[in-house]
Amino acid sequence: MEINLNISNVPESKILSISKLTDYIKLHLESDKNLINIWVRGEISNCTLHSSGHLYFTLKDETSQISCAMFRSNFSSLKFEPKQGMKILVLSSIGVYKLRGNYQLIVSEMHPDGLGILHQKFLQLKEKLEKEGLFSQEHKKVIPKFPKTIGIITSPTGAVIRDLIINLTRRFPNINIKIAPTLVQGADAASSIVKSVELFNKIGGIDVIILGRGGGSLEDLWCFNEEIVARAIFKSKIPTISAVGHETDFTIADFVADCRAPTPSTAAEIAVPDKNALLREIEHLRERLLQKTKRTVEFKKQRLMSLLDRPIFKRPLDFINQYLQQIDDLMSNSCKATQNFLKLKRKDLEILTVKLNTINPNAVLKRGYSITLKKGRIIKNASDVKIDEIIEIMFQKGEIKSQVKEVKNG
Amino acid sequence: MVDKKSFEENLNELGESVKSIERGELPLKETIEKFEEGLKLSKLCVEELENAKQRIEKLTQKNGKIICEPFEVKE
Repeated sequence: MEINLNISNVPESKILSISKLTDYIKLHLESDKNLINIWVRGEISNCTLHSSGHLYFTLKDETSQISCAMFRSNFSSLKFEPKQGMKILVLSSIGVYKLRGNYQLIVSEMHPDGLGILHQKFLQLKEKLEKEGLFSQEHKKVIPKFPKTIGIITSPTGAVIRDLIINLTRRFPNINIKIAPTLVQGADAASSIVKSVELFNKIGGIDVIILGRGGGSLEDLWCFNEEIVARAIFKSKIPTISAVGHETDFTIADFVADCRAPTPSTAAEIAVPDKNALLREIEHLRERLLQKTKRTVEFKKQRLMSLLDRPIFKRPLDFINQYLQQIDDLMSNSCKATQNFLKLKRKDLEILTVKLNTINPNAVLKRGYSITLKKGRIIKNASDVKIDEIIEIMFQKGEIKSQVKEVKNG
Repeated sequence: MVDKKSFEENLNELGESVKSIERGELPLKETIEKFEEGLKLSKLCVEELENAKQRIEKLTQKNGKIICEPFEVKE
């Protein structure tokens, strides 16, 4: 009864529900920075791939174990099959699964373990060469657009050389290909690659080198992470395209190469142009050339025609006729003016004639007066003559000579 | 020997000819000249693409000598 009494003393607010407790644990575990994005090493046990595509397994070491889940989106990009007993490295964060009240590792990346040392070497060499500038953009040689000869460095057998030749030839059927049979795996591979790069540089006439190899583990691809290979590629005068491993595998050779292709067929695409596309382009340019020239000539012709259409070219005599007409006009005008002038003058003459008639001495004589002259000069005063002088007297008809008898001065 | 221009140079020049005619500012005489030059270039380009013969060869070194031999693609 005492116990019951104690319990009844606990205030209701101090009692937690399972959900609240779990939420609290979840919040704390999932926000702890030491439990987010952590690398964990362990051995796989109880591995189940659920039909949903999620992978559930347990990671353990000698003394402990932890539940793990890798969701489909991350699992699908995995390049190996996780199996019971396999030692792996995972990148993961702690998550709490509320329904079952357990904590587990939510895995985002999974790698087979045991490559730690190689990976370390890779990172060290990468850093060293990067510092030296072997990867820097300014050292990248330009891949020529229209190479005549491609040098291939790879194994003379297998899918890579076949893919490369088929794709190069399909894009550009007359491309020349020179193959340097090369070891691309194993202890002698690195020096074999170096020899091939040097060989192509020595013989000359190679426009682009493709360095190729199929996919494989980090160990398989290791020769492409060797320093001598990196330096040989860097020293090469010929632009190099690397096509090593799968799309997601990067090797040191990829960083040093002037261009990295994710697959051999992509390398072929980068190395040579598509001949048919080029022929189409040339045809298209030719067509434009033809059309535009035709249009230009047509346009100029049209301008010429429109100029020739002007009246001056169409009826050139119009121009002269106009002047002729003007001359005619002027002529007739001047004729009229002359006639008018003459008319006017004639009238003047008539008036003068009338005037003249009025002062004509004959007219005076007609009226019965007579004119007295002395030695042909008209006598106006009696004093002009002296007694006995001879004077002539003119009449309308005839004249007489007489002698002065008497002079009376008036 | 006349300095032969590369395919790339010829193709570029062809493009330039087309562009300069398309601008439509050239006198007739030069238009015709560019046109003729363009036709010649397009012919050169096509010839270059068609004429080359493909060779696939394998290089091997023996005693410091480089040996060149035809390479067969195995299906």
